[in-house]
Amino acid sequence: MIKANSYTFKILRYDAKEPGSRPRFATYRIKVIPGLTVLAVLIRIRDEIDGTLSFRCSCRSAVCGSCAMVINGKIDLACRTQVAIFDTDTIILEPLPNFEVIRDLVVDMTPFWQMYEKVQPYLIRHSPNPEKEIPQSEEERRRIDQYVNCILCACCYGACPVLARDPNYMGPAAAAKLERFVLDSRDERPADVLESVNDEHGVWGCDTVFRCIDACPKDVRPTDAFVGLRQEIVKKRFQKMLGKAKDEA
Amino acid sequence: MLNHDILIVGGGLTGLRAAVGLCDRFNVGLISKVYPTRSHSIAAQGGINAALTNNPDSRDDSWEKHTFDTIKGSDYLADQDAVEIMCKEAIKIVYEMEHWGCPFSRFPDGTIAQRPFGGAGYPRTCYSSDITGHVLLNTLYERAIAKGVKIYPEWFVTSLCIEEGQCHGVVALDIRTGELIPVRAKATFFGTGGYGRVYQHSTNALINTGSGIGMAYAAGAPLKDMEFVQFHPTCLIGTSILMTEACRGEGGYLFNNQGERFMQRYVPTAMELAPRDIVSRCIQTEINEGRGFDHPLGKYIQLDLRHLGAKKIIERLPGIRNISIDFIGIDPIIEPIPIMPCQHYSMGGIDVDKRCASDIHGFYAGGECSCVSVHGGNRLGGNSLLDTIVFGKLAAQAIAEDLEGGGALPDEKPLLKLKDEVEQKLGRLATPGRGKAYRIQAELGAVLDEKVGIFRTRKEMEQALQKIAGLKEEYRNVGVSSAARYMNFELINALELEYMLEVAHTITLGALLREESRGAHFRTDFKTRNDRDWLKHTIAKIGPDGEPVISFKDVTITRYQPMERKY
Repeated sequence: MIKANSYTFKILRYDAKEPGSRPRFATYRIKVIPGLTVLAVLIRIRDEIDGTLSFRCSCRSAVCGSCAMVINGKIDLACRTQVAIFDTDTIILEPLPNFEVIRDLVVDMTPFWQMYEKVQPYLIRHSPNPEKEIPQSEEERRRIDQYVNCILCACCYGACPVLARDPNYMGPAAAAKLERFVLDSRDERPADVLESVNDEHGVWGCDTVFRCIDACPKDVRPTDAFVGLRQEIVKKRFQKMLGKAKDEA
Repeated sequence: MLNHDILIVGGGLTGLRAAVGLCDRFNVGLISKVYPTRSHSIAAQGGINAALTNNPDSRDDSWEKHTFDTIKGSDYLADQDAVEIMCKEAIKIVYEMEHWGCPFSRFPDGTIAQRPFGGAGYPRTCYSSDITGHVLLNTLYERAIAKGVKIYPEWFVTSLCIEEGQCHGVVALDIRTGELIPVRAKATFFGTGGYGRVYQHSTNALINTGSGIGMAYAAGAPLKDMEFVQFHPTCLIGTSILMTEACRGEGGYLFNNQGERFMQRYVPTAMELAPRDIVSRCIQTEINEGRGFDHPLGKYIQLDLRHLGAKKIIERLPGIRNISIDFIGIDPIIEPIPIMPCQHYSMGGIDVDKRCASDIHGFYAGGECSCVSVHGGNRLGGNSLLDTIVFGKLAAQAIAEDLEGGGALPDEKPLLKLKDEVEQKLGRLATPGRGKAYRIQAELGAVLDEKVGIFRTRKEMEQALQKIAGLKEEYRNVGVSSAARYMNFELINALELEYMLEVAHTITLGALLREESRGAHFRTDFKTRNDRDWLKHTIAKIGPDGEPVISFKDVTITRYQPMERKY
């Protein structure tokens, strides 16, 4: 038999639809066997103790990006975080920061998806497609690897200090997605597409303090994307100036 | 009431591909109970089959050979005309996905990389390391955004509206607001995924309840071949997380507690790359005969990747390595992975033809929730991602053809009536003092695992049927803790459970009636395939008394006469 240990879960609960409702911590005591994840415990609490507890989940294997939240002060996916890794028997769960809470651990993801859609997150090409695949070398494919891994869980968005003060800021995930296409050898987006993120709400807003990198459960480095996009914008601007200079000469 | 020409339910690969194919010409709405990128397609790891002949070892591969492998893998239950279409389309849709930006892994010559997979004569599985479902789903979602598909994220469809052989649309719950909304459409397409969660141990996401299948059945659409349930050979012990077949495709071994590569005794030529039904039975036999390893969470077999070396594991199977480390604290570079077989895929589903049309006018289905049938008794690895995209595309073509020349929206009265019924049901569920859904779901999962699993026998399945009937009785007394309808996931679970019970019922009844062993359906009391009596599809349709009525349908044979299935 596996020995179960007792844990105290403190979960920040709030219902935006309930008039006069204020965020409060609800406490649940539960016995947990080693190896159980925070998500598994949340499901048990909802099933066995309190059916009104609200949280999102789906894959339970850290690939779908549904269950990002703050776990003992650290942003992570509940499904990949084991209860036993903490040096304490108290686990505190809070909703992802930088979002409006809808209910309990469920936040309103709308602004996240709006930023995502704004960067034109898809391959743009003008050349006719070949009959077979568009050739891409292993090296070219490797260049986009880290950005391809993004699961859109919004851990980075919750961790970003810029978003805490500027809700109009594009945020790390959208930048990573944009860089994924800018770096893709097959993408042919015109240079002026980057103009939409060429301001302080866009690529120049990043503080480069790497909170997003710390928070990412998939080892994506959105800060690299900001640096890359800035360089690309500067490069394009220089090319334009030089091109103009040549024309004038 | 919302109106669309075409309503698509499901934001996975099938639903998105159908939407992308239709949105230019029709008013399309896509309902998904999660944000589309959370759909279970995201979790597919190993790859998608297409005879591209990019691999140096597959230069003389062809779609015909892919067809034959699929039919043989299906244990001759697949409809051969449909398999031909799928394997021919495979090449086109892989290139199409690439043109839309899908970041496949590449060979040194810049072509799409292909790896060997089980039951395939050639290495034809196109992949992106071990996150192929993730890259395909993201690419199609990106495409849907580019084309401005109207998506209703976090809407849950509670019921399908069919009256007198005509589909009118659905009633849906906006999970965020709690509002109940009838949605009317000329054509309704389900791409709602599989039913893995009716089993206790499944690789499937928690959202894979099969409620779409159960809902279609409850509304009067027939189901096909429900007894054919795929058990994946290699699932992580404890959590049942999938360890892709690519682990073996890349050269991984299976070991028992004697240190023996036991597949040698069962399938000496194909070894670890025999099809999934066979490998799962071998693993289960090893465990049953005492050659498994002991673990507090159950008995297991070792999946050993160590000899592949750190470089190959990190390059080709990085996700597998991360999952092993995160979920069981084992680094496959250093230690073997403890695995066991568990439920993975639904071969059966909503009975549709090769155009994805059901026998209900205006109702279509594709992908894992449907049964065309292209997988027959056993699906080959790498053919499910293929099925989702090919039949999403073909369904879009078929629906466009059928709606050619316009036509009026169906009558709204049946939808309004259905909405009232759902209102009443929600009211009933919110009455205080009722039982909890999760208990029933747990018992259901346990009984299917135990009695309708890899090895099946009459007595156990009769017991399972009795148990399911009892659980259906208990369900009538199920309730939820809160009458609030928004972000109430306990409520959604309770609504889905009703459909899960129907799905489980049809699986078990089909398995009890089919007195032979074919593909993933193995009867210890009827150990061989019996083509004379059972080369046919099982059809389950709900009867007037709410009980399933079973009939049978012929299998379409074109060029491949059934032979003994040897590897």
